[in-house]
Amino acid sequence: MPNQDELELLQELGDTVGTPKLKEKVRMSCNHVDVFYNETAQAIFDVSVDLGKNQILAMIGPSGCGKSTLLRCLNRMNDTIDGCIVNGEITLDGEDIYNKTIDPVLLRANVGMVFQKPNPFPKSIYDNVAYGPRLHGLTKNASELDDLVEESLTKAGLWKETKDRLNKPGTGLSGGQQQRLCIARTIAVKPEVILMDEPTSALDPIATATIEELMYDLKSSYTIAVVTHSMQQAARISDRTAYFHLGRLVEVNNTDDVFTNPEHKLTENYITGRFG
Amino acid sequence: MNTQDHISQAYNDELEEVRSKVLTMGGLVEDHFQGATKALLKGDTELASDIAKYDYKVNALEVEIDDDCTSLIARRQPTAGDLRNVFAVIKIVTDLERIGDESEKIASFVTELSVDTKSMTIYNSLKSMIKTAREILSAALDCYARLDAKQALEVAKLDEDLDSNFNDLKRTLITYLIEDVKNIEDFIRVMWCARSIERVGDHAKNICQYVVYVAHGNDIRHITDQKE
Repeated sequence: MPNQDELELLQELGDTVGTPKLKEKVRMSCNHVDVFYNETAQAIFDVSVDLGKNQILAMIGPSGCGKSTLLRCLNRMNDTIDGCIVNGEITLDGEDIYNKTIDPVLLRANVGMVFQKPNPFPKSIYDNVAYGPRLHGLTKNASELDDLVEESLTKAGLWKETKDRLNKPGTGLSGGQQQRLCIARTIAVKPEVILMDEPTSALDPIATATIEELMYDLKSSYTIAVVTHSMQQAARISDRTAYFHLGRLVEVNNTDDVFTNPEHKLTENYITGRFG
Repeated sequence: MNTQDHISQAYNDELEEVRSKVLTMGGLVEDHFQGATKALLKGDTELASDIAKYDYKVNALEVEIDDDCTSLIARRQPTAGDLRNVFAVIKIVTDLERIGDESEKIASFVTELSVDTKSMTIYNSLKSMIKTAREILSAALDCYARLDAKQALEVAKLDEDLDSNFNDLKRTLITYLIEDVKNIEDFIRVMWCARSIERVGDHAKNICQYVVYVAHGNDIRHITDQKE
C-alpha cells in the first residue's frame, strides 16, 4: 500500500507528463487503460501511451508499479489470468486488439514476447525457430522454411554460431545464446512489435551487451517495448522512456530528457536512487 | 538539487564531499582574488608575492575534484539532477581555476609595477571595477552554495556592468598611453590587470549559468550569440 506521502503525491499527479502520445508513426496505442486483477485490486490506472514505429520504449519503475502488467496487455497475455479485466482501448495499427474478432494467437504472432529467463523449447535449435512458422503456415515448403530459419537466426545474430549445429538441442546453448534463440523464434513469425520483459536480467554483462546491440539493430524493422529494472539499460537502448509508479504512468519523454532533466519529481527520485 | 536523500548514504556522502570541496576551492579563489586586487590598489608587493605563490593550492583542488567526479561517474552513474550537478562541478572548477590564474597574473603584475596605482588618474575607475568583480564573484559562489537559480540570473547580469567599466577604463588608459609615453609599461601592466579583473567577472557569470543548469536543466550559455 502507498504511504501517506506517496498518496499525497499521487493525488497531485494529474495527467501523465511529457509526451505519452505521438503525433505520427504510431504502431500501438493505449488509451485510458485500466487493469484489474479482481474487482477490487486495480493494477493499472488510466494509462495512455503510444509505441512509435521503429522505436524502443523502455518501461521503468519500482516493483509492483504495473509496467509488466501493461506489457502483458499489449499481446493479451493477461487473458490467461483468471479475473483479469482490461478496460480502455489498446490498438495495433489502429485496430482494437481486444475486439472479439481478433484471434489472440494471431495477435501474439504479430506482437511477440521475449521473457526474463530464456525459455527455448526442448527441441533442436532449428525446430525452435521453425515452430511458429509451421504453426501459422508461413512457408510453402522445406526450402522456404530453411531460408526463414536462417534469416531469423541471422537477424538474431546467432546464425554463425549455430549453422553447424542446427539439430542440437536449443537448451544446450549458453544463456545469452538461448535468449537470442528466443528472439529468433519471435522474429520467425514476422511480428510488427516485440515485447521484452527484463530480457537480460538473467544474463552476464557480455551477453547483455550482445542482446542490447541486437535490440538496437532490430528497431529498424520492429517496434520494441522493453520492461527493465536496469536504468542504465533503459538509458542506453531506448528512444523513449516511460516511468510508472503505483499503477500510474507518471512520465513519458525522450530518453535523453528523462535521464538528464525529468519533468516529474517522482521520476527524478526514482532514477537518482532516492527511493526503492 | 540537493545531494542528499539517496537510498545509499555513501552516495549522499560522496556528492556532499565534492560539493564541500568546490565551496572550499571557491573560498580559496575568492581570498586570492581579494588579496591580489588589494595588493594592486595598495601597491603591496609583499602581499602580491604571497598570492602568486599559493595558486598551486587551487590547482591541486581542481585535480582532486575532477578525480572525484570521474570516480562518481564511473561508480554511481549519476542521472538527472545528480548528473547535472556532477557535470556542473567539472565545469565550475575549471572556471575557479582560471579565476585563480587571473589572480596570480594580477599579483605578478603588481610586483613589476614601478609606480603606485593610487597615483594614476584611473585609480577610482580601477577601484570601482574591483569592487564590482568582487561582488559578482562572491554572489556567484553564494548562488552555487544555495543553488539559487533566480539570484544567479540576476548576478550574471552584473557582468555587463563590469564589461562596460573595463571598456571605459581601457579607453582612458589608451589616452594616457599616447600622452605619457615614459610610463607606458606601467599603463600596460594595469591594462592587463584590468583585463584579468574583467575575465574574473566572465568566469563568475559562467558559474551563475551552471547554477541555473543544475537547478532547472536549462543551458543558458551563448543564448545572446544564437540570437545574433
